[in-house]
Formats: sequence, C-alpha cells, structure tokens
Amino acid sequence: MFYREAGEFSTTYKDDSQTFPIKFDRWRYYFVLFVAVFVIPFMVNDYWVNSIFLPFLIYAIAAIGLNILVGYCGQVSLGTGGFMAVGAYACYKLMTSFPDVSMFVHVIIAGAITAVVGVLFGLPSLRIKGFYLAVATLAAQFFLVWLFNRVPWFYNYSASGQINAPERDTFGVLITGPNTEAWAAYLFCVVFTIVSAVIARNLTRGSVGRKWMAIRDMDIAAEIIGVNPLTAKLSAFAISSFFVGVSGALFFSVYLGAVEVGEVFGINKSFLVLFMIIIGGLGSIFGSFAGAAFLVLLPVALKVVGVDWLGWPTDIVAHLQLVIVGALIIVFLIAEPHGIAQLWRVAKEKLRLWPFPH
Amino acid sequence: MKMKFATMAVAAVMAAGPVMADLVFPSLSYRTGPYAASGIPFADGYADYFTLLNERDGGIGGAPVRMVECETGYNTEKGVECYESTKGEGALVYQPLSTGITYQLIPKATADGIPIHSMGYGRTSASNGTVFSHVFNYPANYWDGASGAINYLLEENGGNLDGKKIALIYHNSAYGKEPIRTLEELQKQHGFELTLLPVDHPGQEQKSQWLQIRRDRPDYVVMWGWGVMNQVAVQEAVNIRYPMENFIGVWWSGSEADVIPAGAAANGYKALTFHGVGKDYPVYDDIQKFVLDAGKAAGAGDQIGTVQYNRGMYAAMLAAEAARTAQEIHGTADITPAMMRDGMEALEITEEKMAALGLPNYGPAFKVSCEQHGGPGLVGVTQWDAAAQQWNVISDYKPTDRELIGRLIEEDSAAYAAENNIEPRCN
Repeated sequence: MFYREAGEFSTTYKDDSQTFPIKFDRWRYYFVLFVAVFVIPFMVNDYWVNSIFLPFLIYAIAAIGLNILVGYCGQVSLGTGGFMAVGAYACYKLMTSFPDVSMFVHVIIAGAITAVVGVLFGLPSLRIKGFYLAVATLAAQFFLVWLFNRVPWFYNYSASGQINAPERDTFGVLITGPNTEAWAAYLFCVVFTIVSAVIARNLTRGSVGRKWMAIRDMDIAAEIIGVNPLTAKLSAFAISSFFVGVSGALFFSVYLGAVEVGEVFGINKSFLVLFMIIIGGLGSIFGSFAGAAFLVLLPVALKVVGVDWLGWPTDIVAHLQLVIVGALIIVFLIAEPHGIAQLWRVAKEKLRLWPFPH
Repeated sequence: MKMKFATMAVAAVMAAGPVMADLVFPSLSYRTGPYAASGIPFADGYADYFTLLNERDGGIGGAPVRMVECETGYNTEKGVECYESTKGEGALVYQPLSTGITYQLIPKATADGIPIHSMGYGRTSASNGTVFSHVFNYPANYWDGASGAINYLLEENGGNLDGKKIALIYHNSAYGKEPIRTLEELQKQHGFELTLLPVDHPGQEQKSQWLQIRRDRPDYVVMWGWGVMNQVAVQEAVNIRYPMENFIGVWWSGSEADVIPAGAAANGYKALTFHGVGKDYPVYDDIQKFVLDAGKAAGAGDQIGTVQYNRGMYAAMLAAEAARTAQEIHGTADITPAMMRDGMEALEITEEKMAALGLPNYGPAFKVSCEQHGGPGLVGVTQWDAAAQQWNVISDYKPTDRELIGRLIEEDSAAYAAENNIEPRCN
C-alpha cells in the first residue's frame, strides 16, 4: 500500500537509478543510518559495543569485501583470514611507527597495503579457476599466517609473538587501547562500515561491477564483448582485499586489542566470512550485513537465552549453539539457496503488491 | 533491525542489574572444543571449591560466593564477550586460564580496575607489580617452569648439560612461545643445544615434528602443550618409542587426561608442577561430604583429585584467601574489585594457613607485595605411573634461576611500560 513505486515520478536519470527507488525504503534507510550514527552511540555500554556491535560491523566489512570477490566477480577465495591478518599487521606496524598519525589514516593505509598483497595473490586467478583458485588462495592463507608467525619484524620482536594495540586517537578521541570510550570505538567502526557499504554498493552498480558480473557469469563471453579479464579480476582482488584489510585492521586495533595470528586469523576465519556471505546472499551488499548479523548475533543470543535465562550448563549451551547454527545453515541452504538477501527481496516484492496480490 | 537491538539492550540491562550482596567470581571456562580435556577438570575444581565454601562456611567472611561461568572455548573473541558480559555483575577477579585471553585482558582489566590472577600462565613479566598493577601470577610462572625443567635436567646429569640436545615442542601461540627466551638464555649458560618445534593450533597434527625428533634423537624433549596437543604428543612419543623418562612437560602438559589415552606405554612421562598431586588431603573429605554427596558437584563430578582439578581448586583457594585478606583490610564483607586487588597484593600464604585449610604441604608458603606479584616460583617434578594410574612427585619443590628470570622480567616489563606510558608504582 505504502510500499510501492506508483506515484513516484523520476524526472532525472539520477532519480531513476538510485539505490532505493521506493520512498518508503529510502526513508527506512535514512532512519537506520540516523539511529546507527546519532542514537546508538548515546545508548551503548561496553558490553553492547564489544560483544555485539563491533564484531557485527567489522565482520560486515569483511563480508562486503569477500562478497565483491566471490559474489560479484565469481573468484572463490579462502584467503580472507590471511588478508585480514595483513590488514591487522600493517595497521600495527603503522601504529607503532607513526604514533602521531590519526587512526583513520592508519586503517585506510592498512587497507591499501592489503589491496597490494591481494593483487599479488590474485595474479594466479588469470590462469586458474574455480576450485583450483580456491586452493591457491588457501595457500595464501597459510603462507600469510606462517609469515606473521615466523618473521619477528612484524610483531616488533615481542617475546610472545603477539601484537598489542597501543593507545591511538583520531581528532583527539581515543580509538584504541583499554581507555577507549564505548561510543568512540563504535562510531569509528560504524563510519567505516557505512562508507564501505556505500562505496561497494555504487561500485557494483557501475561499470566496474558490471564487468565483474560479466566475468562471473561467463568469462569467455565477457572477454568477447570487450571486458579485460586482467583488469576486471585484479580490480576485484584489489578492492575486495582493501575492504578485508580494513576489517582486519579494525578487528585487531579496535575490537580485540591483542592478536595472535594463528588463532585469530586462521583458516576458521576464512570459512566464517565465507559462510556469512553464502548465508547472507552472494552478490548482495545487504546479504553481507545479514550474514554477518546471523553468524555474530545468533551465538550471543543463544548464549543469553540458554545460560542467563534458562540457567543451563555452559557446555550444553555451547554444544547446542553448534547444533542450532549448523542446522539453521542447512535449513537456509535448502529452503533458500540464495541466502537471506533473497528472502528480503521476495519480502519486498510481496510488500509491493500487498494487500492486493493479484 | 538496529532498533530491535536497542530495545533488547534496554531489556537486557534491566534484567541483568547487579546484585551487590554476594561475591562474584567469574569462571571463564572451556568445556568444549580442542582444549576441553584440560579445561573441564580445572573448571570443576574451581567451581567445587566455591561450592564447598558456600555449603560449609556460608561463603567467605559471611558473604556468599556467586560463581558466574562463561564458556570461552579457549577463543579470544569469546573471551572478550565473556569478560564484558560478566564484569558488569561486579566480578572480583578474572582467571581466564588462557594466555591469549590474559594478554587481551591485561590492559582492559587494568583500565576497569579489576584484578587478574593468571596462576602459572599469562604474561610472565606481569609478576613485576611496579608495572602491572592489576595482574598477578603467583605462585610460579612460565620462566620458572623453563628454568625448573633445566635445573632438573642439570641434576640428572651431574650439573652439566654441555653438548646435550634438548628439543622444545610448543604450542605455536603466545603461550608456547613464552619459555623460548629463557631457554635461549639458559642455553648460553649451560651449553646445551636447543631445537624449537612449533605445533600449530589446535595441535592434532604433529607428525612432522616427531619425525624430526626421531631423526635428531634429542637427549630430552620439553613440551609446552595444552588441550588435545598433549595427548597427541604423548601418543606420538610412544609411537616413535622415545624414552618417556626423557620427555618433560610443563605443568599444563601433565594431567591424567594427557597420558591415559596412550595407555601403559606412557609410563614414565614427566611433568613439572607447583602444587601437590593426588587427593590425600583433608580438604577432599570436605569436598566429598559437602559437595559430592550433596549432589552439587560441577560438571560430571568425576574429576576430583586429577591434576587440573587440583589446580582449579588451588586457584579458587588462593582467590578466596585473597578475598578474605581484602575483607580484613577494608573491614567489610562486601568487597569491590579494587578491594580485592588490595587483598591479592597483601596475600600471605603460610604453612599454618594451608594446614588449616585442609591442604598441608600442598603449595608453597609465600607473600605477595606491591613489587612482587609473582610468588616464589618453586618447581617440582612429577612422573606418571601408568600401572597405578597416578602422578608421583619425584623431585621436591626447588627454587629456579631467579637472578636470570628477574633480569628478563625487568627487561620485558620495562618494554611494556615504555609502550604504554606506565609510571612505575610502589615507591
């Protein structure tokens, strides 16, 4: 009734091609942004930021990054954990080498460094495809983790091989370190998440994204119509790695504060982010958010219900978590192989017709 | 979507309002995952001792103890979640039983004013109280362990390790890397040859490391393992017929769960310890009576008297005594984390106190001070007797190379202080 295109007249091409063509959708989007930026920072405490918002926002950036590569460009990657580690260690080296520079700059440069590394490991994608490429990126995962464990320069020769985020600020507000206010860490991450999502969304709508999708759908056909596979694939690797690197930098500096590469950025992380985009929806920015929310929030929610409300033993709840999350993944993949994003799309289609479906 | 979180947030904050009438001891345990075999008995011991205090004495100094358990799975992300979700309840002291989580919590807990007790793990240099105001690792630390192991080997070899080959097989993490620096120093001092063999998380894959041991035939193998890594290592050592009496684990690599899977062949495997073994102590009669027979045991209740159970109980006992000390200092039963910290810093464990607690000769007598958060670092050696299915103490608690360790601690804590702009305290 209120969710429909009817009555909306676009007078310019710009109006016509906007992301949210329906007025209700657009307002909902502005509302979510408003709440995220102007309301939540005033309401959150340490628990909500550190246990829920930070992991959700940071994983969402990683999922957006991987979605560009896998969902839009069709290049399967299992190296996400390794690329996140590049972002984290780049950020650490920058933070300790240039303590006076703003954290914004550090995180962005860390992303850029990851982009370069991503391109290097993306080079084989010009020759190998599908499962073979997955194996090549898997090699990147193991190589990078090994590298950061092996070369003491990366962790400033600390005895434990751990990297610890020192206190750094941006515009005079502490962003990393133990004395950071909850709202500052939250706002810092939410800005990165929003900007990443907007950039990614617009890239995928433009010529760059169309080239990626052409490569994904059929690379030979794409080549014939004039898409250069070299630039298309490598740009996908670069941009994807940039976002993944940003998320790794935030993950280390803002969220965890201390990182051990083998445990935090291991192969499990690669799979986790891959599951996020598969469950959320391949080739969808909303899907990246939905998948991240699903895999970050569900375990916390189950824990709160099981342990805090029902008073069950912690190990039973931990096992149940695995069972429930696993079962839900299977249910999702059977009932809706295109992920949560597809459910969302279907719901929107239905809403457009509601309440007169014929 | 985000509105829903906000309303949930409000509901959760209101539902989980702090109840200040009791003493909250969070237990960041892990009963699942590849480290569960080591985590379960520790968590059971920790919980059972507090249950005993509640049932027998009505808590500590009249205030009942409430233990909040949170499953970390030995995972740092879940550890953060557990820390954040329990600290609001008035948590008095954190014992995360994970070096990785300890590293994470050191700055956070210090900023929040909550003490950490990483007993025999964590950041070794935290025993320097002038830099680490809220972190304690009495009664022994990793570098004591490394030095204790080498001292024991020196004793075995008549005081000379010249030309001997020693391999360190370690968990490739902050935990496993801790002893390396000390061992390298000791290597220079005593002239043995040190080989480093890292094993990646979670530790099930050790074939290549043991192949190397089989090829190099080191005289001794020292292990810094945890969880499933221990069982696999002992089994692999058995498989290559490595003489078990030359294989020594740190105290985290020497429990029943680590050696029983390898059966009779594990006989003779050695492990370090900083507290007593077995259940031949009066306190176990009380645990049997007040906890087990009352049906209040944590977990399955089948771990009593195992090495890690004992250690969990010892950790709970030290926490309870520190709380008691804090109550005496501040003259109130209802202590805050800041008072708890004072209690830990003023903690004094004497032989008489241990005997009164039902644990005579169980652990060392020591006194914590503002500068010294590390305890005496006395290290003993135990050996597995597969036929009797028990650990026996074969070398009594002996002092370690404190001069060297003190120097290394000074160095590492100074680096931390410089990194974080910490002014030394206690002047």
